[in-house]
Amino acid sequence: MPNPTSAVYDRGESSRGGSDLKRREFVATAATAASAGCGARLAAGYRFFSKDEARAIDAWTECLIPADDLPGASLAQVVRYIDLQLTRRFKKLQEPYQRAAEAIDEAAQRAHAKPFAELATEQQTALLAALDAGKGDKALWGLDGGKAAFEMVLNHTMQGFFGSPRHGGNRDFASSKLVGVAPVQSRGRLHYSFKENS
Amino acid sequence: MALDKVDAVIVGAGAAGPVIGKELAVAGYHVVLLERGKFYQSSDCRKDDLYNQRTTILGNAFGPDSEGEPRVVVDGKGNERVVLPWEGGYNNNASCVGGGTLSYGAMAWRFHPLDFQMKSKYGAIKDSTLDDWPVTYDDLEPYYEKAEWEIGVSGDDSNNPFKGPRKRPLPMPPVGPPSKEHRLLDAAARKLGLHPFDIPMLRNSVPYNGRPACMRCRWCVGFACEVDAKCGTQNTVLRTALKTGNLELRTECMTREVVVDDKGHATGVKYYDENGRLQEQPASIVVVSCGANESARLLLNSKSKLFPQGLGNRYDWVGRNLQGHNYTGAVGLFEEEMYDDLGPGASIAVSDYNHGNPGLAGGAMLANEFIRLPIHAFGTRPPGGARWGKEFKDYMRRNYRRTMMVQGPTQEIPTWDARVELDPKVKDKWGIPVLRLSGQRHQHTVEIGEAMSLKAEEWLKAAGAVQTWRRVGGRGLSGGQHQAGTVRMGKDPRTSAVDGNCRVHESDNVYVVDASVHVTNGGFNPVLTIMALAYRAGEHLVRQMKGGRA
Repeated sequence: MPNPTSAVYDRGESSRGGSDLKRREFVATAATAASAGCGARLAAGYRFFSKDEARAIDAWTECLIPADDLPGASLAQVVRYIDLQLTRRFKKLQEPYQRAAEAIDEAAQRAHAKPFAELATEQQTALLAALDAGKGDKALWGLDGGKAAFEMVLNHTMQGFFGSPRHGGNRDFASSKLVGVAPVQSRGRLHYSFKENS
Repeated sequence: MALDKVDAVIVGAGAAGPVIGKELAVAGYHVVLLERGKFYQSSDCRKDDLYNQRTTILGNAFGPDSEGEPRVVVDGKGNERVVLPWEGGYNNNASCVGGGTLSYGAMAWRFHPLDFQMKSKYGAIKDSTLDDWPVTYDDLEPYYEKAEWEIGVSGDDSNNPFKGPRKRPLPMPPVGPPSKEHRLLDAAARKLGLHPFDIPMLRNSVPYNGRPACMRCRWCVGFACEVDAKCGTQNTVLRTALKTGNLELRTECMTREVVVDDKGHATGVKYYDENGRLQEQPASIVVVSCGANESARLLLNSKSKLFPQGLGNRYDWVGRNLQGHNYTGAVGLFEEEMYDDLGPGASIAVSDYNHGNPGLAGGAMLANEFIRLPIHAFGTRPPGGARWGKEFKDYMRRNYRRTMMVQGPTQEIPTWDARVELDPKVKDKWGIPVLRLSGQRHQHTVEIGEAMSLKAEEWLKAAGAVQTWRRVGGRGLSGGQHQAGTVRMGKDPRTSAVDGNCRVHESDNVYVVDASVHVTNGGFNPVLTIMALAYRAGEHLVRQMKGGRA
């Protein structure tokens, strides 16, 4: 599975406001310092996730909506949506997300001796399918076998992929291309006529 | 220190408050209108599919939207939890000037004449408090008409033989031209022997009241209209009232209690102003119009010697019979693309199934649904289909534009146990006890919904659907945007809380005017009935005040 390149993220960052960017850089620096030496580099600038957490959740969302000729969850920056909301309306879910990211990496290590993001797509899909069926390792996921964690990430992935880009996901209106509907209607009665579809 | 006394203080600027305010202000009476929310404008539309009044994943765009306004919900097993305004179970309606009418889909239904006579028509139902209204369709007819013309309704129900008699047609033609799904559903309904017609909508189809026509965008229900083509109370009657100079609107003011003397006479209200300071507004008349949940809460929080259990609650009827609508219907998948991006989406309805269904005490109007934004498509997929992965993505790519949805607000059978009361522990950010919701829907409500969803499925199949799947409500409490019933209207003070003029039994000057007073809630969206009741109550109040009473 292709990981998002840092170039993609950088383009997203550059479209944001200056002071916002500075704050993000600061947060990123702090996060990097805290987790220096862990795994491959991801673009910096998360508000809540550590680099490893972001990488795991990013790969998780991409499995749920994979890229083909059109972007999947990763290119749509769904993980950015989740990260941003974890500092806002989803504050209650900070811990569940940290546990989920940690558990999916641990599950990947046990099964294939690699972090989740580095597994082959089929391996990732198999791990997630087990959670969807509530058959994840109970020692790792608790009594529901990972079902609650799976539903949480699934719902937020849909929101981040299909929801308004102003909340951090759906970059470049990726989902509008998928469903074939122009993202923004510009319509006024004097400039456009309503024609009946035949 | 108390403020200067006014003729009337109205609590709540939703569907009813501004109507009464306008009636009083135009008649020359001085009115203060208190609203806990803000005064949003059409530029607050924002088209945000995760943050609006229908999809509240990131909050309620038009309120309440703070963690300081929780409620307590008790489920069927007795487990209780604190919920925030944008979370499931809260049963919210917007808190802002205009209330739900700022951001609604704007269907403008008159109830069916039988909707006011449910007990006479269907008899007593076990475990239900089903009853007749003390007013009839004929009593309300002139006020329905007034709402249609003053606030503005488009549509054409001339092909609906089931409606109650109307003296005047609607003031505006339907929004046109019809969408593709409208045309297919129209032909299919006729094939089935049904009577399809254009839904009455509180929406300008032509310039009206100084505001423009609908531009047919897809951001309708849940959003403030970008071009102000939807007709709410905030851009119609409230404007008229403000122009008289006799009505003062105070926003971000949270009313704590109606102040009542030992004889049940109200002297005014106490409220927290926009700076959190406690104020007392004396008034000759107090009108409570906060919606079925919050009106009941305000009454229950207004304790006095005559009403130690809350204003109007001597016989324990305040907060009971909470009902909304059991939305049921079906989704159809088509070979051809249906999506033509012509909003608002909902446009065609049948009223054939509101009454006369064998073995069922009621039914529903069925209509096509508002445009489903992509964020909604995840929840309307066929059962059993892939929820993620390539198969899911392919489904969305192929079928987002190939679905159609028909549903309707199934009439609920009221129950004594579906209720709101004050929570003994939890308080809001003003320190006022919050609502505690408990109970569930009547089993027969679910049965009627089942039947209606089968009818919806039949209609979609007749329109050419290759696959259909039903959406049926369960027994969970429903008192959200269509909340009603908690301050029942009736002739007998022992089995109701207000009389036929919306006046609280045993109080000479407190009125409750909103869907709280609905004995039953019809198989239709309730807003036009709320407005009609408000016009009627407003006229009654003016008459009372001119006669020097109250």
